[in-house]
Amino acid sequence: MIIPNRPPDLRRIIRAFEDLPHARDVGMTFLSLDHGRGSMRMPYDSRLVGNPETRVVHGGVITALLDTLCGAVVMASVPEGTPLATLDLRIDYLHPASPGETIRASAECYKVTANVAFVRGLAYHEAIDDPIAHCAGTFMLGTGFSADAAPVAGGGGAPSSDGGPSC
Amino acid sequence: MLTTIAALKERGDVTAINDLIPYAQSVGLEAMTDASGLLVVLRFRESNIGNSAMRFIHGGVVGALMEHAAILHLLAETEAAVVPKIINLSIDYLRPSLAADTFARGAVLKQGRRVANVRMFAWQDSPDRPVAAGHAHFLLT
Repeated sequence: MIIPNRPPDLRRIIRAFEDLPHARDVGMTFLSLDHGRGSMRMPYDSRLVGNPETRVVHGGVITALLDTLCGAVVMASVPEGTPLATLDLRIDYLHPASPGETIRASAECYKVTANVAFVRGLAYHEAIDDPIAHCAGTFMLGTGFSADAAPVAGGGGAPSSDGGPSC
Repeated sequence: MLTTIAALKERGDVTAINDLIPYAQSVGLEAMTDASGLLVVLRFRESNIGNSAMRFIHGGVVGALMEHAAILHLLAETEAAVVPKIINLSIDYLRPSLAADTFARGAVLKQGRRVANVRMFAWQDSPDRPVAAGHAHFLLT
């Protein structure tokens, strides 16, 4: 990952993303964040259930976690202060999440161009090779929005550091 | 649970199904019917903010609204006896969602024997200025 003269401030990014009202509301925190990759976790909470019969969390919970992580990973891959906005996010649901289990996610930003960053990620419980969901997202860079907090239109992204997913 | 989702679906009571879903209550998702049919609303809540400086709604919650709208429209419009299972979802973010209510509708583009394709879009002040558009596939078996 080429990072020009102003490297991303990973600690600031972690703090900014974990402090987002929605991240706090659902309990998303970072496991790791590095330049170009990162991981987060979110504990199971009965408030997040999407199917009251199976107690499986709503798919939107996984969307929010992956969107947040992807945004943070992109922010950790571009010069500090670069504004960004989610352009699109595609999620494949590979198998249902298990009720009661913490959900983890890892993502990597695998390409940055002048205007667009490309990111991919996985959500899983314990083993990254048994994923719950796969995502691919793109983010616009330099959107004209303030970069103080998190990414714009989409969620945020969180940086990760645990070796990340390799998808 | 007094009434199962299947029974509510049988009666076409999508609003009642929505009310049974804890996540819908947590983030403020509501289902209602207007002149154009089923309308899904994401009420504004401070806890849905995803950009504190600009006060934009978290894109992930907008994504959840789109997915929720797709599922509720499928439950309302298809004959499937089972609750559809989502296969995948693609969301295009068109504009930031501001600190206000967000609305969404879905349309079943094609229903096959095993798979349904649903289109969704979301807006705030006017459907002519969508904040997000998307499509999703669901397994009906």
